[in-house]
Amino acid sequence: MAKFDAEARAGLSLIAPPFLYAALILAAPILTILAYSFLTDGYLEIIGDFTWANYAQVFTDPIVRTVMLRSLMVAAIVTLATVLTAFPIAYYVSFMVRPERKAMWLFLITIPFWTSYLIRVFLWKVILGYNGVVNSSLTGLGIIDEPLTFILYNVNAIVMTLAHAYAPFAILPIFVALEKIDRSLLEAGRDLGESRAMTFWRVTLPLAMPGVIAATLIVFIPTIGDYVTPEVIGGGKIPMIANLIQVQMLALDNRPLGSALAVTAMVIVALVSLLFLFLNRRFLKVRQ
Amino acid sequence: MNRSGRGLQAYAVIYLLFLYAPIILLPLFAFNSGTIIAFPLQGFSTEWFQEMWANATLRRALTNSLTIAVSASVLATCFGIFAARASTRFTFPGKGGMMGFIMLPMVLPEIIVAMSLLVVLLGMGVQLSLLTVIAGHTLICMPYAIAVLSTAFSSLDRSLEEAAYDLGETKWSAFRLITLPLVMPGIISALLISFTISLDEFIIAFFLAGNEPTLPTYIFSQLRFPRAIPVIMALGTVLVLISIVLLAIGEYFRRRGNARIGGSPTGGLL
Repeated sequence: MAKFDAEARAGLSLIAPPFLYAALILAAPILTILAYSFLTDGYLEIIGDFTWANYAQVFTDPIVRTVMLRSLMVAAIVTLATVLTAFPIAYYVSFMVRPERKAMWLFLITIPFWTSYLIRVFLWKVILGYNGVVNSSLTGLGIIDEPLTFILYNVNAIVMTLAHAYAPFAILPIFVALEKIDRSLLEAGRDLGESRAMTFWRVTLPLAMPGVIAATLIVFIPTIGDYVTPEVIGGGKIPMIANLIQVQMLALDNRPLGSALAVTAMVIVALVSLLFLFLNRRFLKVRQ
Repeated sequence: MNRSGRGLQAYAVIYLLFLYAPIILLPLFAFNSGTIIAFPLQGFSTEWFQEMWANATLRRALTNSLTIAVSASVLATCFGIFAARASTRFTFPGKGGMMGFIMLPMVLPEIIVAMSLLVVLLGMGVQLSLLTVIAGHTLICMPYAIAVLSTAFSSLDRSLEEAAYDLGETKWSAFRLITLPLVMPGIISALLISFTISLDEFIIAFFLAGNEPTLPTYIFSQLRFPRAIPVIMALGTVLVLISIVLLAIGEYFRRRGNARIGGSPTGGLL
């Protein structure tokens, strides 16, 4: 076992610098807010008394509940919309585009994602706004008399903006899963008398599920914690959980309550992730 | 191509239009002489680019952003080389857990990273500065650098290194002469990706920079003033061009790296 020990030591000493860095910059702060979330907020300082009151407030305060539910709902709708619209694109690039042109398609899909997030969000406000691109062109063409209001500075606008922002995150994992599918399985399905649609339903879709689940997680997690879009599109009037955490931590200086909110948000994200990872495991089992 | 194929192709083109809609608008409003961001466009003007060039705060924000992005991308890539090498070459106890923990910032909402770090820094009485932003950006860039570098390291043929040892090279000189040149394309992609992420990162910069502006926080502060928007549009146009150039360079190196190790032209980070 001497060889194993030497190898283990080499591996551990290599991983030590990045691991210690993450421990210092990530683990220590998260443990700190975990501790804060059980302390009492005093005037200008934090009192070291243990309490469940912050969590009680998180779960009973009607404002907190509204914001939490809104965040969950927005994240769920955005994830659903993004994954459903992304799937055909991933399918198209994987199955219909010639192999030598796939890289170009992926490049085209990722370029918008690398441009300033803030400016992209703001431009959606320009597109959907009262005198925005959509409304001014529709009025100009005489299709509508009054500007459409259901796309203005509300949850719909937030959903639209986020669905745009996270589109590549959904397309890429689904594409990777589709690329891995052995094409002869599809031919076998057709040879055995399945229709095109049934082959898709019974062969392609189950095999693509790991990619779909990865896409769901990759879109859901950042959208539920998004700070910029509610701030820019909603003008601060329709906050999501990230905005609430920030207000409690800084503006209201209630660090224990802010910490409890942050911890609750982390727990929700972890639970949803676990749920999807469990689903993924089931699909992988089916595949074997 | 059959009928359903053509349907999908039409859908793909419409989807690309949706993806590019905001970016197409950028240059339109950047070169528009009107001060209001709405249609119809007024006339052609390069006034906003000149105004942008003359703006001192913007220049300071740019310098800050570049300082942060260069430092964070170099640090993240160095840490990434350690982690990628450890995870692809060695087995050791606790590997999965440690790697999972290092990759955690990828799946953690940024607001939580930013807020918890801020609370700790304020609690310790640390002065917020560019250094605190660099610390945060290094943390969130590291997983992306590791993802790219792991691909580069895992496609490495181990026998090449062993041959170098047999020919009398030491561990370090074999790494420098054999491994490093082979993973160089991966290192360059990791640097570019980290640089781009850091340059565009808003949340951590917003909360941890103190009074120092960075490009995204400057943009955010200006979005409230309608008069300042055309200049922001000009800035956005320039940033889009820079991103495309950087991405094209990164893509070139990635493909060259793949060609060198005989890989396929697709894949990589994607």
